[in-house]
Amino acid sequence: MTSQTEPKLSPAEKREARFAEWRSPGVSFASPEAERGYRERTQLIKDVVDLKKPARVPVCPIIGFYPFAYAGVTAREAMYDTEKLGLALKKFHADFLPDTLSSAPIYGSGQVFEALDYRLYRWPGHGVADRAPYQCVEAEYMRADEYDQFINDPSGFFGRFYLPRVFGALEAWQMQAPLTDILELPFFGPYIVPIGLPPVQAAYQKLLEAGRLAMEWIQAAAAIDGATMTTLGLPALIGGFTKAPFDTLGDTLRGTRGIMMDKFRQPNKLLAAMERLVPLAIDMGVRTATQGRNPMVFIPLHKGADGFLSNDDFKKFYWPTLKAVILGLIQEGLVPYLFVEGGYNQRLDIITDPDIPRGATIWVFDQTDMKEVKKRFTGWACFGGNLPVSMLKAATPDQVRTAVRRLIDDLAPDGGYLLANGAVLDDAEAENLHAMIQTGKEYGVY
Amino acid sequence: MTKALVEAIADMREEEALALAKEQLAGGTPPLDILEACREAMAVVGRRFEAGDCFVPELIMAGEVLRQISDLVKPRLTEAAPAAKRGRVVIGTVEGDIHDIGKDIVAFMLDINGFEVRDLGVDVPAARFVEAVKDFRPQVVGLSGFLTLAYDPMKNTIQALRAAGFAGKVMIGGGQIDEQIRQYTGADAYGQDAMAAVGLAKSWTP
Repeated sequence: MTSQTEPKLSPAEKREARFAEWRSPGVSFASPEAERGYRERTQLIKDVVDLKKPARVPVCPIIGFYPFAYAGVTAREAMYDTEKLGLALKKFHADFLPDTLSSAPIYGSGQVFEALDYRLYRWPGHGVADRAPYQCVEAEYMRADEYDQFINDPSGFFGRFYLPRVFGALEAWQMQAPLTDILELPFFGPYIVPIGLPPVQAAYQKLLEAGRLAMEWIQAAAAIDGATMTTLGLPALIGGFTKAPFDTLGDTLRGTRGIMMDKFRQPNKLLAAMERLVPLAIDMGVRTATQGRNPMVFIPLHKGADGFLSNDDFKKFYWPTLKAVILGLIQEGLVPYLFVEGGYNQRLDIITDPDIPRGATIWVFDQTDMKEVKKRFTGWACFGGNLPVSMLKAATPDQVRTAVRRLIDDLAPDGGYLLANGAVLDDAEAENLHAMIQTGKEYGVY
Repeated sequence: MTKALVEAIADMREEEALALAKEQLAGGTPPLDILEACREAMAVVGRRFEAGDCFVPELIMAGEVLRQISDLVKPRLTEAAPAAKRGRVVIGTVEGDIHDIGKDIVAFMLDINGFEVRDLGVDVPAARFVEAVKDFRPQVVGLSGFLTLAYDPMKNTIQALRAAGFAGKVMIGGGQIDEQIRQYTGADAYGQDAMAAVGLAKSWTP
């Protein structure tokens, strides 16, 4: 076998290759119009990422469970019945025609979560009402005295401590020995013997069943996105996913309360754990975006918002490892897409870091002062967001049109801007969402 | 003598604060004076929070130190702490929503500002708010919600409270709550943060 050396591409070359792959997905479109629409929409997005003036402002609403309420399907049905999931998303996309699609897999499979007895979340019909979206149950899934174990071996910690806590079906995994014990024949027993324990055997059976259900589900869910893309010409704005290390620890491992106490009681362990997470977070973003054949890596920002930390703590605890993740993704030709939840008014001078190359990121804001954002972001990074979800629910369509025009007047003139609402939309008035999308498309023409 | 304790708590010096509290208790400082020092320290933290000089971690840590000192003091209390409460507030996250971080911070800030707070938890149906109002007779009800899907449950809860004859004030708060949603739900006011909630509750309980 001849050895193949991969050509060494620069980050910019990698990025162009990734965008080219995203823009020419190698699928057959249902019509020339759909194919043209896909080319046009991906061009709008490529242009704003590159800080150019696109033909018009791309309209990229952030959508949660709204399509189901719109189509008369419950959130529970969307998570348990891929046929209803598909019909609802089809109707939603066809009726509203945004510039980017809402991806079916993000809604998850109730059957898979039930098979695993997933305890980290409540989902519709399983702890919250049938119409409610899934929601995270915060707790200390990693204890305060477990930092050293986590830092020494994150995967081992997940396998033997974290997963047995968040998946009831895998509780017995805590009886397993570390995989790294498997070194030599005479001492292999202590690893393999626990696998024979009846509860561990049962845990693996449940995991196999969850995997089987997941395979059925993903084939149906992926086909829904494929159909949205090929029939309507809508691209996905999100290719991969990763998180800021502070949020990884604060959201689903230590919890808000836990991480905030750690900041006082064991700051160095917290910092070391976040450092440990950086290469894992980059790797996750690279793998998921590569698999999604789409350069945009979604990073929702949670616990660094105004009020959650002082600026000094943000600079010490939140930003350095997030910045390292952002730079690591850019190095691989990816475009970090930061969804900045809450307010970031105190953070704007910190996040517009001169080490982050221009035209390399997307930032969608919620309740941050957008004129201040524009001052700092024009010529530096693509930005958008801020249309209040409260308006999409409770304002009149005219008020929505006025608000969209004002955003475009204030923010769009220099390019590098996309229109989005500021927070995930689960509930809205259809005519208001139509008003947002139509006004964006008509008034946003350059 | 308790000044050092007030400063240690307010400046988040946890170990020092606990050591001081133990030392003073052993040295004969009346338990109620220690609790008074805690109250003063919480007032300092509250003012700093309002001024934007301290943040969520400080509130959580101050609450944790307060809890630990209370645990030390309680077994030695011979008389009940003065219960001159400023007013009563019922609080909870509305039906369909299980987010509690903001709600918990508001409940804590109300508590250290002298309110008696009944926290109904998360995913609270309108009927449970109505029951609690009848039973606890608060001047103020606080409804929390993080999701856009909290808007309608807030509206329904307020309608149910009014239908049941609740004549006090209702305030709402959460990530996506603004004047538009105040009008939509029929709440008396909304607050952007915990200090706004305290300010509203104070203004309604003179």
